Amino acid sequence: MEKNLQPILGMLKKEFGGTASEYRGDVSLVIPSGKIVAACQQVQAQGFELLSALTAVDYWPEESPRFHVIYQFTSVAMNLVLTLRVPVPGINPSLPTISHLYRNANWRERELWDMFGIIFKGHPDLRRILMPADWEGHPLRKDYPLGYEEPQFTFNFEEINLRKPYAKE
Amino acid sequence: MGVEQKLGNMGIATTTLEQAVAWSRTNAMWPMLFGLACCAIEMMSAQAAHYDMSRFGMELMRPSPRQSDLMIVAGRVSRKMAPVLRRLYDQMPEPKWVISMGDCASCGGVFNNYAIVQGVDEVVPVDVYVAGCPPRPEALIHGVLTLYEKVRGMKFAEIKK
Repeated sequence: MEKNLQPILGMLKKEFGGTASEYRGDVSLVIPSGKIVAACQQVQAQGFELLSALTAVDYWPEESPRFHVIYQFTSVAMNLVLTLRVPVPGINPSLPTISHLYRNANWRERELWDMFGIIFKGHPDLRRILMPADWEGHPLRKDYPLGYEEPQFTFNFEEINLRKPYAKE
Repeated sequence: MGVEQKLGNMGIATTTLEQAVAWSRTNAMWPMLFGLACCAIEMMSAQAAHYDMSRFGMELMRPSPRQSDLMIVAGRVSRKMAPVLRRLYDQMPEPKWVISMGDCASCGGVFNNYAIVQGVDEVVPVDVYVAGCPPRPEALIHGVLTLYEKVRGMKFAEIKK
């Protein structure tokens, strides 16, 4: 672990609880969802001026709660990287927004809503960002159907061809 | 068996109006740029000096659908792009043709998932499919020439209103 990161991590742990882990020099801290805004405020105050990644992982069906939302902060001045992880349950998943702290979180949170269906409360403009506006479902969830069309082989080519939607005009 | 046989070699040729129109259509077919992915690189290569598609009257790639009569769909079409593609197709004046270039445009290719249209023939009617991932410029030119054969054989009655 970077020497400069230790006091910041210790302070965050004391204030917000949570468990820290390190993998190949990357430090991540698991924080309960209720404290994430305060934690982000504190992280920003410590000099992490950049939210370099805001993404999520779906651990369904192995883990419960199934989602982990991952906030990755970078401090350009101190050359440090810090990751916060927030477990979010699968039923009505929601988190408070941090788009008032880091402005780029606006689009990132829209992407998370689009792809995982995690609602960010207090977000100014929570619409789909990647998929068409009338899309149903959230494609990066593990229980979302993977394929869209059955592959055609020689033995079932005709059968599948019959029910393919071809454009007439 | 036309009038030129009776009159001798007078520099006159006779033909039907249909054939003359088909000839003029095939010798100045302006394709619309619709490069969506890596196939577009091969399409550009087919246009450039080495393969030189202008030999077949196609030196102009029109960025505007109003001025083009051939749409070369080069690359994968995402579900979000499909309405745009259909709109551009609707804006092209008749008669119009579509070449589906490459595996992704023809059948979805390796992208069998929620985001990609499984064959552009779900959105627009396709005249010629060019296989390959991506197809070489020769293959695209072969597809274009195949389309020319089709257009040359067309009767006025067959062409859509």
